[in-house]
Amino acid sequence: MGTLLFEFALTCYFAAAIIGMVDLIRGSKDASKLTVWITAVGFILHTAAIIYRYLSAGQVPITSMHESASFFAWCIALLYLVTHFRYRIGILGSFILPLIFLMMLASAMLPREIKPLSPALQSSWLLIHTVFAFLGFAAFTVAFGVGIMYLLQEHYLKTKKLSGLFLRLPNIQVLDEINYRMITLGFPLLTLAIITGALWAEDAWGSYWRWDPKETWSLITWFIYAMVLHIRLVVGWRGKRAALLSVLGFVAVLFTFFGVNFLLKSVHIFE
Amino acid sequence: MSILVVGLNHKTAGVTIRERLAFSEQKLEDGLLGIHALPDVQEAALLSTCNRVEIYASARSVEAAENQIKDFLAAFHGMARADFESSLYVHAEADGIRHIFRVGASLDSMVLGEPQILGQLKDTFDYALTRKTTGIILNRLMKKAISTSKRVRTETRIAENAVSISFAAVELAKKIFTDLSTKAVMLLGAGEMAELAARHLVTNGVQNIRIANRTYERCCELAEVFCGMPVRFDEYIDQMTHVDILICSTGAPKFVLIKEQMQRVMRERRNRPVFIIDISVPRNIDPAVNDLDNVYLYHVDDLQQVVDSNMLERRKEAEKAEIIIDEEVGKFMHWLASLDTVPLILALRQKADEIKLEELDKFRNRCPNLDAATSDAVQYLVTAIVNKLVHNPTVALKENADDRELLAMAVKKLYGLNGDDDE
Repeated sequence: MGTLLFEFALTCYFAAAIIGMVDLIRGSKDASKLTVWITAVGFILHTAAIIYRYLSAGQVPITSMHESASFFAWCIALLYLVTHFRYRIGILGSFILPLIFLMMLASAMLPREIKPLSPALQSSWLLIHTVFAFLGFAAFTVAFGVGIMYLLQEHYLKTKKLSGLFLRLPNIQVLDEINYRMITLGFPLLTLAIITGALWAEDAWGSYWRWDPKETWSLITWFIYAMVLHIRLVVGWRGKRAALLSVLGFVAVLFTFFGVNFLLKSVHIFE
Repeated sequence: MSILVVGLNHKTAGVTIRERLAFSEQKLEDGLLGIHALPDVQEAALLSTCNRVEIYASARSVEAAENQIKDFLAAFHGMARADFESSLYVHAEADGIRHIFRVGASLDSMVLGEPQILGQLKDTFDYALTRKTTGIILNRLMKKAISTSKRVRTETRIAENAVSISFAAVELAKKIFTDLSTKAVMLLGAGEMAELAARHLVTNGVQNIRIANRTYERCCELAEVFCGMPVRFDEYIDQMTHVDILICSTGAPKFVLIKEQMQRVMRERRNRPVFIIDISVPRNIDPAVNDLDNVYLYHVDDLQQVVDSNMLERRKEAEKAEIIIDEEVGKFMHWLASLDTVPLILALRQKADEIKLEELDKFRNRCPNLDAATSDAVQYLVTAIVNKLVHNPTVALKENADDRELLAMAVKKLYGLNGDDDE
């Protein structure tokens, strides 16, 4: 049942991503609408899958790479839907859905068995820490997608290629605004995730900070976004440079999430 | 009854002939009623705009009506037929319907896809309706012309994307800014095109306008027109800090804004985006300004290119529109044919016969022991009743009276005959 819900959600995201791609190339209002609604259906199924797993495992279902990637995808879908219904940008889905789908696909390919949680991780910190972390990461992901849209549109405006996709992308000001909002949402969440992580570490392992790779990379990510906000507010960097930095930040996010787990040894690899 | 269109437009007639054949507002009523009174014209409507004069009619005989209309035009405008006949086009039947649909969908307009013509067409028919010169055929044709035009607009992109320079400037501004009403515009130097662009920006919500000009009087004059703020010419660089859209047409022989100046401005603006439109020839603004982040500099040539490519796009969309129109013409022709009385009478009789046979069958099944004589008598009785009931409608339809289409519609509806195509 839980697997089935998960697979259905994955299928919805896949269909939405494909329709989004078609929309990107061909351009059609119906395709944009379809993307949103299929995503919404996928999101509901996905929510049900997560709840089902929570009930059957009896623990917060963010304890393995499979569960984490799935929850990451869920957070992106949530923020995408909120952004869509706030700003009504049809083509946004074409840029975000592939990211949701890829995250979900990564989750689908990772081992799914429910492992008993090691005593060190059994704590209410788990829920608080991971929710902050993944919502923050999801906000950065949306900022990345919107940043790409900004860079494209800015390129079209500068080089005066005013046809095709240019006509379907929204104005650069609104893209800059969403990018900024997502970073101002993601940054405090990441900050809280790091703080709660430190408190939890003190609780579980007896020290706040141990320069574990995950901790280090989170900090690097945190510094990148701190810089984005700082130069925006103090120097007035906006637009293209802010968008480029949010792309860089997203690379750090990906490495913090995937790279550390697969390439480096960390206490965060759920073992 | 046939659809007939007689008219001329910007493609077939020069402005002098269009002017002479145009119906001014005062003459419109006389013209319309005069055409309606022609012996072979049954319904009529009259469209007269600066680009076209067209007469739409439902005619008893196409050739006769065409002749009468041409004679009427000559008499009404005091011209010889030979003077304008070569400029006229005549479309009848399906071609006439297609022409009206194409006009309504703005495929026949000087600026392809421009929206005004549909409104003018609506006015034409509304006017005819108040003067009672139209009937069921033209009324339906009007409704269909309007709905076809809407279909074309929603199913193709014929009316999307600006095809004039000042509109293109506004469209671009909307791709840079979310809300034009909070943005400040400055006109640097004035000229017809700059003013036009400014006017379009105002209709799109811009409220804050500054005007800088070498002669301060002209500056104040323009400021009054736009409810704007006059700015001394030597202060325009300082003002740039507060200006989001700059329209420049000073006619100066050298650049009035160079990269270094703009760099300073951008620092002061904290990099808020600026849209600069340089309408001047030679250029007044250093093209290198476009290299700065968050500055979008467009020269009038760039805008002209946008307009040209949009026009090309519209022509492509027009091909799709023609397909839609063919489809709608087909539907209308089908409806017209359904008003033809001969097949209608046949359909009516057939329906009556079907009912008769069906009921006779039922009756015979219910009384299987009937002798042949009684059965024949019943059949005779039923046939007589049905024939009598159908007789009068048949005669009325055959009469070929002027209200024949109306009758045909009524018969179709009352007897439930192929009533599929009437929404």
